[in-house]
Amino acid sequence: VDLTLSPAEEAFRDELRSWLQDNNPGREPAGDEAAFEFRRAWQRQLNEAGWAGVSWPKEYGGRGATLVEQAIFNEEMVRARTPSVANVLGLAMGGPTVIAHGTEEQRRRYLPGILSAEEIWCQGFSEPGAGSDLASLKTRAVRDGEEWVVTGQKVWTTFAHHAKWCMLVARTDPDAPKHKGLTYFLMDMDQDAVQVRPLRQITGESEFNELFIEGARIPHENIVGGEGEGWAVAITTLMHERATLAFGLQVSVQIALRELIETAHETRGFNGGVATEDPVTRQRLAQLIIESEVLRLNAYRGLSAIMRSGVPGPEGSLGKWHWSEVNQSLAELAMEIAGPRAMLSEDSWSYRFLRSRANSIEGGTTEILKNIVAERVLGLPRMR
Amino acid sequence: MNFGFTDDQQAIKRTAREFLEARYPIATVRALAEDERGFTDEQWGELVELGWPGVIVPEERDGLGLGAVELVVIAEEMGYALAPSPWFSTTSAALLLVAAGTQAQRERWLAPLARGEVRGTVAVWDESSGPAPDHSEVETAPDGTLSCVKIAVPDAASADFLVVSGADGRHWIVERTADGVSIEPEEAIDPTRKLFRVTLSSAAAEPLEMAPEAVAKAYATIVTLLAAENVGVGQRAMEMAVTYAKDRTQFDRPIGAYQAVSHRCAQMLLEVEGSRSLCYWAGWALAHEPDTGPRAASMAKAYAGDAGFRVAASALQVHGGIGFTYEHDLHFFLKRAHANAHAFGDSRWHRDRVADLAGV
Repeated sequence: VDLTLSPAEEAFRDELRSWLQDNNPGREPAGDEAAFEFRRAWQRQLNEAGWAGVSWPKEYGGRGATLVEQAIFNEEMVRARTPSVANVLGLAMGGPTVIAHGTEEQRRRYLPGILSAEEIWCQGFSEPGAGSDLASLKTRAVRDGEEWVVTGQKVWTTFAHHAKWCMLVARTDPDAPKHKGLTYFLMDMDQDAVQVRPLRQITGESEFNELFIEGARIPHENIVGGEGEGWAVAITTLMHERATLAFGLQVSVQIALRELIETAHETRGFNGGVATEDPVTRQRLAQLIIESEVLRLNAYRGLSAIMRSGVPGPEGSLGKWHWSEVNQSLAELAMEIAGPRAMLSEDSWSYRFLRSRANSIEGGTTEILKNIVAERVLGLPRMR
Repeated sequence: MNFGFTDDQQAIKRTAREFLEARYPIATVRALAEDERGFTDEQWGELVELGWPGVIVPEERDGLGLGAVELVVIAEEMGYALAPSPWFSTTSAALLLVAAGTQAQRERWLAPLARGEVRGTVAVWDESSGPAPDHSEVETAPDGTLSCVKIAVPDAASADFLVVSGADGRHWIVERTADGVSIEPEEAIDPTRKLFRVTLSSAAAEPLEMAPEAVAKAYATIVTLLAAENVGVGQRAMEMAVTYAKDRTQFDRPIGAYQAVSHRCAQMLLEVEGSRSLCYWAGWALAHEPDTGPRAASMAKAYAGDAGFRVAASALQVHGGIGFTYEHDLHFFLKRAHANAHAFGDSRWHRDRVADLAGV
């Protein structure tokens, strides 16, 4: 066990830190459009300095960073409170999927646009009738010469209104078993047959969209991984979602927790003292400190396991599930510390509280993640 | 950055697993649970051959001169096997002696301890103690002797010396065979670790040096050992539950196919792995990052204390009625996890320490 950074890792961190010191653009402006253009400019800046595709191979415009360096990168970005990049899904999921399953031609065609944020990506997986049971999706693609004609509905598509490309999983063989009849397409969002409607969520904002697809056309060459191979390709995308985002998530919990402790020091508790003097509040803050440490350590242990054996250890499948619980209890505790202000939606804690309810649903529900742990890690019999 | 063990640590882990599996099958554990002393001379002799009593004793005093990570590795395996042994109590005494023993005390006790010729234990709980293991009211009489009662002292009857805690962070060494030392067995919930009531009546006591930081680190290491034991205990209880959930059939399918059962098992994995991460980190921090060590140790103790018990309790629920019988082995694991959660400070106390040390 050695939890210190190697000299090379330290050098990587220091280089990034000093670059961030000079280049961090700070808070994004208000308003959806302005904020998005700000993020696009920020990503362009990152890309020009070689920081956009940190984990991508050098030959495709990435930095070819090691797993530990990627982890350091994600931690440092959150720590410096940099704005989000514009093409989150392209960088974290689309690019790695094209690199893993795409043809050389597809890699040359799509990867540069992802890195530069010229072409934004979105993800068309979930449907109103296919959530946790993703493989039961009904969106149909029918071959018509050198094209496919797609009809169906997708939901929870983040950034759809900005996107040029959609990672679309559709059914191409309705007679095959449900996991076999799927194909993974890259669909051009720039056509009338694709309609985007924002979905208003419980926080009042619209991060997500619904997608109505009525006879959209996709060239055959836009299939990734081959006809009927859509499930395997989609799994690659989802694995990247859970793996890449995990590091940033655990750091953002640590930062939020530090802010909550500061807030608690300045908020009145029982008997007119400060909230941190309440024994129950102290206990719960301490428990959150411990659990957020577990998140961090498990993330690093997972990396060590991958570097040693090439596959994630059992703790790898726990991160997203555990994070959602920790983040939700953090927000709930924040509401208790807030006292009567818990009833008002005036500060960022109220927003965090409502937003955190989605944590145990988005990117794989806790129930599905528990199934995965039970069946694949513990080897318990499948329930189906 | 690497969370893996070194080759030497791997070797210790492998040896420990194989040795304990061979020498402490559950039938042996069960027999020792019924035994008043809780181990045999032969069993102790085998641990001595492995060098385990002196893991953290410096090499010049016949020990192995290793650190907290190696202790964690052994403790986890001891918990997994649930091996009844005075190893934990003797190691605890050694940690305090290394931390604050006078030159003469170290000369007298450490090498014989490392060679397995003598054993020690640590007595922290007053009869009137609350949940704070560091609060004692024991003081010496003007003639330097001790008169007090200490409860729940592990393996006291078979120890050659006791490290006794007192008011204001003071500690003394008391020899078991000295005049005025009386030791009676207590009925412990966990029959695999023997607890005793120690009554001192004007017993001769030799003070340790006042070395608050070193002593704090020694206690941090002791609680990390208990946490690591709970990792092994939880791992074993989880494995028992998973095996049972695969075998046991109700309503025509294995009960592990029901999510009410399988999600319970997934939760066990979450808590066991979380405990494990914290223990390895605490072991590393105690050896390499002194400022973080005590905080990491209290985190590990609080989390693994709760988790070990919850996992074992959940495993009992998976077993249903059979898990509640004395005939089944599971209850030994539940009891050890529970006892470890309360030894040297319960989870509430350690969480409060975490809050203090993290500036809450």
